[in-house]
Amino acid sequence: MNTRIWRIVLPLLVLALVVLAWDVIVRALAIPPYVLPGPGLVLKALITDSGLLWQSLLVTLGTTFEGFVWAAVGGIGLAILFSLSRAIEYSFYPYAVILQVTPVVAIAPLLLIYLPQHLAVLACAWIVAFFPVLANTMLGLSSVDHNLLALFELYKASRWQTLWQLKLPSALPQMLAGLRIAGGLSLIGAVVAEIAAGSAGAGSGLAYRIAESGYRLNIPRMFAALLLLSLAGVAIFFVLSAASHLILRRWHESAVKREI
Amino acid sequence: MSAPGSAIVSLCNVGKTFDTGTVALDGFSLDVRAGEFVSLLGPSGCGKSTALRVIAGLSAPSAGTVEWPCGAGQIGFVFQEPTLMPWANVATNVRLPLKLAQADETRSRAATAQALAHVGLADVARDYPRELSGGMKMRVSIARALVTDPNVLLMDEPFAALDEITRFKLNNDLLALWQAVQRTVIFVTHSVFESVFLSQRIVVMTPRPGRVSSEVVVDAPYPRDERFRTSAEYAGYCRIVSETLAQALGGAP
Repeated sequence: MNTRIWRIVLPLLVLALVVLAWDVIVRALAIPPYVLPGPGLVLKALITDSGLLWQSLLVTLGTTFEGFVWAAVGGIGLAILFSLSRAIEYSFYPYAVILQVTPVVAIAPLLLIYLPQHLAVLACAWIVAFFPVLANTMLGLSSVDHNLLALFELYKASRWQTLWQLKLPSALPQMLAGLRIAGGLSLIGAVVAEIAAGSAGAGSGLAYRIAESGYRLNIPRMFAALLLLSLAGVAIFFVLSAASHLILRRWHESAVKREI
Repeated sequence: MSAPGSAIVSLCNVGKTFDTGTVALDGFSLDVRAGEFVSLLGPSGCGKSTALRVIAGLSAPSAGTVEWPCGAGQIGFVFQEPTLMPWANVATNVRLPLKLAQADETRSRAATAQALAHVGLADVARDYPRELSGGMKMRVSIARALVTDPNVLLMDEPFAALDEITRFKLNNDLLALWQAVQRTVIFVTHSVFESVFLSQRIVVMTPRPGRVSSEVVVDAPYPRDERFRTSAEYAGYCRIVSETLAQALGGAP
């Protein structure tokens, strides 16, 4: 009980101290707002620009969500396909890795040339987010209890029965871990693509607002948009963690509270 | 169903060599009669688990034959670990073999309830495996093996990981169950005491390569209970089997 309170109070205390120090430094050194605005100004920007920022936030969240859904479908689908056929896995897995290790910042401008902007942003979110889903699901599918596999073989289970009733449920914890990572990554992918699109002078997402505010030296609004992005990332993480906990709580070790 | 006394499964000169070159079985021959309780006894790595997997059809023999004179029929298999699906409750775990065979829903419910009653777990049908003790999980595993009404029950050191008190209890229950359901049991163990308590016949195996060294018939009447476990007769058989095992291992008795 005590540790639970401290886990909430301590980080809040750190936050308060940082904001206070920030404010004091800005005032004491008389730093102009176009270099570093104080927390008060950022808050003001957050309120006065709330309509604009809210609109942009919704755009970015929409892209992130779409990217996440496609990453989930693509990652899980590919993992299943790979688990069914070694040949397919050997043929395509290296390219999945290449797609993953190539920095998305470098791919985004190219995609923006060939795809309409919305699709390009979505593609970036997908590229960054699908790999952890793929890799984790593959790990889960290949680490099924070999005795349970033998049992399914003994009772002459079909490939589909083994996949649906054994491999997928037993891969669920890893799959959910992959999805939890993918949620944050698809936000990053969307932001990177929006920034790239923003430098081309078009866009409406939150990251585009950051780029645009930068050009206009509207630094308080930059900070406000950044704050919203961070909050969105935190919210995504918590939603996915909670979903994973709810799904696994009946059976998986990771979701069970232990009394020591 | 074949008449008692005739062989239900015959292994003739079965050999098994793994891809790694390890010879797990060599010239392994065994006849098991219908309704019999046979134990395969030997040290770790003597191929007894491999023999069981070959009988179950999970592993193809590299040499020799496995014959089922009256047809293979359904086989029940109990692993050393409970091997339950953690995401499914007890009833769903037990019903799995019937679900895989796409059996009739009503009938498989009844069979599941009966199998759970056989192992005394009717009241935990809705629980999840993680909520059960090690002994209870093993009972669930046995119920699952029984649910298809198999001709032969293959058990691969099922109680090796349990504490002694639980093991004794499950030994007693297994014998009661065996007498109730009248099935053939092939039981793999490395415990002399367990094999003597349970079996009508003990097949002692030698390691590397695994083959039959000798057999001991335990001619004590059933039902066997705690009195048998502390009797002179039991102790006598344990000594004989220990000596046989020591000879099989090449040491002095």
